[in-house]
Amino acid sequence: MKTKTAGRRSSGSHCRPAKLWQLRLYLVGQTPKSLMAFANLKKICESHLKGHYRITVIDLVKQPQLAKGDQILAIPTVVRKLPKPVRTILGNLSDTDHLLVGLDLRAVD
Amino acid sequence: MKNNGHKSTSPTAGLPKCPTGIQGLDEITGGGLPRGRPTLVCGGTGCGKTLLAAEFLVRGAVQFGEPGVFMAFEETEAELKANVASLGFDLAGLIRRKKIAIDYVHIERSEVQESGEYDLEGLFVRLNHAIDSIGARRVVLDTLEALFASLPNEAILRAELRRLFRWLKDKGVTAVITAERGRDQLTRHGLEEYVSDCVILLDHRVNEQIATRHLRVVKYRGALHGTNEFPFLIGDEGISVLPITSLGLNHKISVERIATGIPRLDAMLGGRGFFRGSSILLTGTPGTGKTIVAANFAQAACRRGERTLFFSFEESPNQIIRNMHSIGLRLEPLVKRGLLRFHAARPSLYGLEMHLATMFKEIAAFQPHVVIVDPITSLMDAGTASECRAMVTRLVDYLKAGQVTTLFTSLTQAGHALQQSEASMSSLMDSWLLLQDFEGNGERNRVLYVLKARGMAHSNQIREFLISDRGIDLVDAYIGPSGVLTGAARVAQTAREKAEALASQQEAARRQRELKRKRAALEQQITGLRSEHEASAEELRQIDEQVGRQTRLLTTERTELGRLRQADISVAASTRGNSKPKSKR
Repeated sequence: MKTKTAGRRSSGSHCRPAKLWQLRLYLVGQTPKSLMAFANLKKICESHLKGHYRITVIDLVKQPQLAKGDQILAIPTVVRKLPKPVRTILGNLSDTDHLLVGLDLRAVD
Repeated sequence: MKNNGHKSTSPTAGLPKCPTGIQGLDEITGGGLPRGRPTLVCGGTGCGKTLLAAEFLVRGAVQFGEPGVFMAFEETEAELKANVASLGFDLAGLIRRKKIAIDYVHIERSEVQESGEYDLEGLFVRLNHAIDSIGARRVVLDTLEALFASLPNEAILRAELRRLFRWLKDKGVTAVITAERGRDQLTRHGLEEYVSDCVILLDHRVNEQIATRHLRVVKYRGALHGTNEFPFLIGDEGISVLPITSLGLNHKISVERIATGIPRLDAMLGGRGFFRGSSILLTGTPGTGKTIVAANFAQAACRRGERTLFFSFEESPNQIIRNMHSIGLRLEPLVKRGLLRFHAARPSLYGLEMHLATMFKEIAAFQPHVVIVDPITSLMDAGTASECRAMVTRLVDYLKAGQVTTLFTSLTQAGHALQQSEASMSSLMDSWLLLQDFEGNGERNRVLYVLKARGMAHSNQIREFLISDRGIDLVDAYIGPSGVLTGAARVAQTAREKAEALASQQEAARRQRELKRKRAALEQQITGLRSEHEASAEELRQIDEQVGRQTRLLTTERTELGRLRQADISVAASTRGNSKPKSKR
């Protein structure tokens, strides 16, 4: 896992700022867990991807049919749609290190 | 026991049941799976878990009007459709008509990163959405345990699964959860501790190179159920479980009698043949003509316009037709008219259960009046003795319930032990005919006994069984001082007897003639004597006459003399007649 991330670091660091990051945050209702996940994601994106990201929040209470498309089981889940490849992070995103690894963002600074 | 359970649970309905529609399973479980509760189906690889679950869902949608959700964790929707289509289920059509919804759940562990706490609310949302979108009453989760491989955090997973089962109950859906068989426990990840209402265990075993699947209801809370292991099979119409106890001894009974096709045999069976719906065992050593008797029986049934199904485990249909032709039995026209159907299969082709299921299916499709199994002993090779007995029991019960008359032929080895070896099976049979070889005088002859025939007066006599190009004939075997004689010996004995009879006849005629002659001689003698007798009588009469005449002459002479003497003869003559002159003299 770690070697994989290390390999991506060199290639990803150059093209990264040019691209727009598309992130989807899947939630079920406005629970404290949901709000916490959103806050954590926002914080990381602001510090690492300022101006280059877009977070789409999908509330499965309102749009349950969307869960199938990204194979959502766990809530909350963040799916990095762009840049490819698609990556998935489960949890309330309180573990920043794991979140950065999951998003392949750790190498930036 | 199981029957009681079956009976008492279905009418009183202590626990609402959800019929699966799977052949036999509803009988074992007394009406189906517990309604509104999750059922765990566990088993090893390839024992039919997914199929059982899919059939539960499809039959629910098709037969019971209960839409269902299939949540697949292992197979994709396309794979599932293809697999189920091979069993004759049109999954795609059911999905189009919103009877079934499939949701393929898949997570690649390597693409997933965990960060902080989470729950499986997404799974609930998806399931809920699928259930609500078609109004599902049934849910299948196949195989939920795949999540243990996809999700890194087992603690969360376990907590969520517990919640899921409770949620399913609250939702009121009847759920089937499949799980892989574990080494020391029922399931690999101990799912049985969450699902406590009904646990069904599937098993796939190979015994003497023949694989058989078994099903066992390990647990069924609040209901009596068949606890035995039941063989089941996957045919081209889905799963069928074959419960031994699914049928009881309460079939309708017919008093109608049907002819055997051999008039003399009918005569031995109280003159009218077998009872309709009875089971008949025909045992015999090799080459005693079992198939011929069976074919005769079939032909007789077809002539009455009854459908006959002939299961052949030794010969191909064409071979039977040809062979029967040689004794004057023409079966081909009957086949063409659709009255006679053959089903031939090698016993070793598949396991006993598969044979039984195939037979059940053929019987259900053809609806025969008469079924012939030739020979039942061939099937014994496909399973153990107890399995075979169980199978025959089920077959007999099934056929009796349908009032189908069945003739089982049974091949036995020569010797008298055969009666003992067949004893276990014979108790299932209503009638038992025995064909035997009689060896002697350099030849073998066939004889037939009726060993038993329940409910009818039957002959206790041995009959010689003759097969000629005109068919079968039964003749009385010769029973004399030197024992039972058959074949040439019987013919010789009959000839000898004939000669003896002829001789004694001639002797009698001769004596008759002699007596006649004697009598004629006597008669002649009698006639001679009689004429002699008559002659002497004549003589006597003549003497008498002569004497009379002389007397008269004397009297007249005397009268004349008196008149001449002028005596008072006139007075004397008028008063005293002849005496006076006489006294005067």
